[in-house]
Amino acid sequence: MATIEAHAPAHAHAGPARPTGIRDWLSTVDHKKIGLLYGVTALFFFLVGGIEALLIRIQLAKPENAFINPDLYNQIFTMHGTTMVFLVGMPIAVAMFNYFVPLQIGARDVAFPRLNALSYWIFLFGAIFMNMSFLFGAAPNGGWFGYANLSSTQYSPGLNMDFWGLGLQILGVASIMGGVNFITTIINMRAPGMRMMRVPLFSWMALVTSFLMITALPVLAVALFLMTFDRFWGTRFFDVAAGGDPVIWQHLFWMFGHPEVYILILPAFGIVSEIIPTNSRKPLFGYAVMVYSGVLIGIIGWGVWAHHMFATGMGPIADAFFTISTMIIAIPTGVKIFNWVATMWGGKIRFNTAMLYAVGMVATFTIGGISGVMHATSPHNLQQTDTYFVVAHFHYVLVGGLILAIFGSFYHWFPKITGRMMDERLGKANFWIYFIGFNLTFMPMHWIGLLGMPRRIFTYGSDLNLAGLNQLATAGAFIQAIGVILLVVNIVKSAKRGVKAGPNPWGAATLEWATESPPREYNFAKIPTVHSREPLWVEAEQIERDARGEPEPMHMPPNSYWPLFTAVGVTLTCVLFMAPSWWEPLIGLAWTFIGVVNWAYEPT
Amino acid sequence: MAQTDAHALHPPTSTGLNTWKLGFWVFLSSETLFFGSFIATYMVYKSASVVGPFPTEILDIPLTSISTFVLLMSSLAVVVGLDGIQKGKRKQALAGLFTTVLLGALFLGFQAYEFTHFYHAGLTLQTNLFGSSFFILTGFHGAHVSIGIIWLFILFMDILRGPMVPEKHALQVEVAGLYWHFVDIVWIVIFTLIYLLA
Amino acid sequence: MAQETHQVEHAHAEGGHASLRTYVIIGVILTVVTAIEVAISYIPAMEPVEVPLLLALSFAKFMLVVLFYMHLKFDSKIFSRVFYGLSLLAALLISGLLLFHVVLGEYRT
Repeated sequence: MATIEAHAPAHAHAGPARPTGIRDWLSTVDHKKIGLLYGVTALFFFLVGGIEALLIRIQLAKPENAFINPDLYNQIFTMHGTTMVFLVGMPIAVAMFNYFVPLQIGARDVAFPRLNALSYWIFLFGAIFMNMSFLFGAAPNGGWFGYANLSSTQYSPGLNMDFWGLGLQILGVASIMGGVNFITTIINMRAPGMRMMRVPLFSWMALVTSFLMITALPVLAVALFLMTFDRFWGTRFFDVAAGGDPVIWQHLFWMFGHPEVYILILPAFGIVSEIIPTNSRKPLFGYAVMVYSGVLIGIIGWGVWAHHMFATGMGPIADAFFTISTMIIAIPTGVKIFNWVATMWGGKIRFNTAMLYAVGMVATFTIGGISGVMHATSPHNLQQTDTYFVVAHFHYVLVGGLILAIFGSFYHWFPKITGRMMDERLGKANFWIYFIGFNLTFMPMHWIGLLGMPRRIFTYGSDLNLAGLNQLATAGAFIQAIGVILLVVNIVKSAKRGVKAGPNPWGAATLEWATESPPREYNFAKIPTVHSREPLWVEAEQIERDARGEPEPMHMPPNSYWPLFTAVGVTLTCVLFMAPSWWEPLIGLAWTFIGVVNWAYEPT
Repeated sequence: MAQTDAHALHPPTSTGLNTWKLGFWVFLSSETLFFGSFIATYMVYKSASVVGPFPTEILDIPLTSISTFVLLMSSLAVVVGLDGIQKGKRKQALAGLFTTVLLGALFLGFQAYEFTHFYHAGLTLQTNLFGSSFFILTGFHGAHVSIGIIWLFILFMDILRGPMVPEKHALQVEVAGLYWHFVDIVWIVIFTLIYLLA
Repeated sequence: MAQETHQVEHAHAEGGHASLRTYVIIGVILTVVTAIEVAISYIPAMEPVEVPLLLALSFAKFMLVVLFYMHLKFDSKIFSRVFYGLSLLAALLISGLLLFHVVLGEYRT
């Protein structure tokens, strides 16, 4: 497809002239610009999801509160979960992959630049479509895992779950294409000498994550097809009266859903594995084991799905199997934690904000991991299912794991993206406020859960003695919000007035730091040849000369509007399923077909 | 479809493999999970229907054997066409691709006949779980066949109208062929699990 | 997953395909195996071994197409690893769902 071939004059290192301004952003195929688009979009939806979280916390701040009515509450907690998983967690990791994987492995772009743009536009349209539901007063309201039969037309007669099913279908397409793109990039676009066992951990985790994306999301697609066929065309896959089985939804959903958990956390592992060695000024301890344990987590992650389903009563054999497989997955995860600690051991540690976030992540993720092993025990699980204990657990792994790592990655890589340092003083305030707020919000939820408060309930009785802990959690949520505001302020302020950063302000070891900050369009003037795992610690001189010197003759793919055009078609196809006539999705298909054909014949 | 040879201005790929082909194999691997999930769904639901018609009453093995044979032969036709391109034999290439498209269309014709027949025999998407899971699985397979037919037909027209460029067309037909064979192997599994083991 | 493979042989291996004759022979074998499969499903005496036999024959056809028509026998190991790996995963998921939901369903509480 795109990268592959073109005839350009030998001196044309920048390719044909680019459009400027908004036209460039609409037609860009540059992995760095697409990464920024992903990042800004995901950050926007992080604020949306955060506001939804605050509304939830306000409603729960006191017993028998009437701030939000139960129906709206259902919509808000469903959209909070859906937003944070699909519109924040995945795309923000993909944003980082986009920007840094090609730089880390020494490539000029991803394998399929136009496909990359298509993934972004489809993701954006899917995200907008999903949130448009609020305008119809019909946001999804069946929980982020949309359990059957709650999601059937009988119990969810409105458009709510239609938006959910079709929206996720659109987002899934984007993720599968992104996964294919990154796998191909990492396998096939490495710089000379960059063997797989020299690829930085972050890019390795991007590879494992991409494999999980291309395997898990097709399963979700099938589950969603069954659900939407039930809703639109009168099949009865989940209707017990017709012989259907709602547990099949759970099986299919969690076959996707558990690998999805690792799609969310493995990028965080990758980020922390970059920040900690850099700021300990030591190579990552046990690199090979870190790679293998990441791969192992990805593989075992496929054999644990039904630990989400102990409460359905699968019987002792299935319960035992999934208990054991889930506990086994704690081993490679524990290996990673020990290796991070061992990396810091004896290092010259520099506690900048990125490092604080990374260390904070290791600590809080471990807490979330421990409560995870508690859930794995099936008898224990029956006590905790559907209580706030579970909420506490997965926020410790997803906020304490993914979000802390992501914030750390902002501080770590911001100088590379903008050429300016982030404000460290503001950064440290940001970290401590967010970190304290986070623990204040979710630590009490362990007790709230053990005291028996169920999830997804819009209020609770005043006689249950839950008010104090809930108020603490609400206060914590607002402290977190202050932390997030500080982060946004810091980003905006530092982008304009931050201290100029050199190419490698942290003295890091990986290839992205050999380029200018921000990197030029073609990343490397000459693709460097690497001979080690820490090229900038071992062989900096030659590599920096290659990366920042006079550009060699090269071809960069031109801008293209066809990804945007095609993305409209794909989105239209899904959206028009909500139209009254059966033939209307065909308009979207025809649009997509025109886009694909023009795409195929476009010179690159 | 852009040309895909390594060009002087592009650094060689790290594995020496063609990027497009690698990407396509990854995509096909992802598709195994898509069809795998549909097949799993079918296997769970096929005997769960509470009303007829049931699989054994309605599935027509002789007819489907012929359509299976048609699809297998279309796979043979693609490789014959590809062989023609690689050897610079334009007529063999065109004949191979045209036969593929024709056999693919014939397979779809069989499927259309089968679906209409089922409809008249009282089995629709909504009748029972067997019908729902059967139509959704074979329907998605049929959709893949249709895409393959369009794709191969475009390539056929490309070679028919212009000169055949083996360096360019060989890769294009090889990748389209991979897709076509994949659709074929999915059908091999469907034929056994759904029809023969009904 | 991918292994480091800078060997030049892959670049050459890409072009390696079977001969036209082999393709036709494979086509004949596929037809014959299909005929045998259909026959097995009609012969009552075969009933006890029907399921494993048909699965094995179907697998054989699958592999013939993949190895020869899709050239995996001659092509890079990376393609094979990715495709076999994920096909195996798909097969395990199908069996997992059947095992835990249908076969063990009678133990459901």
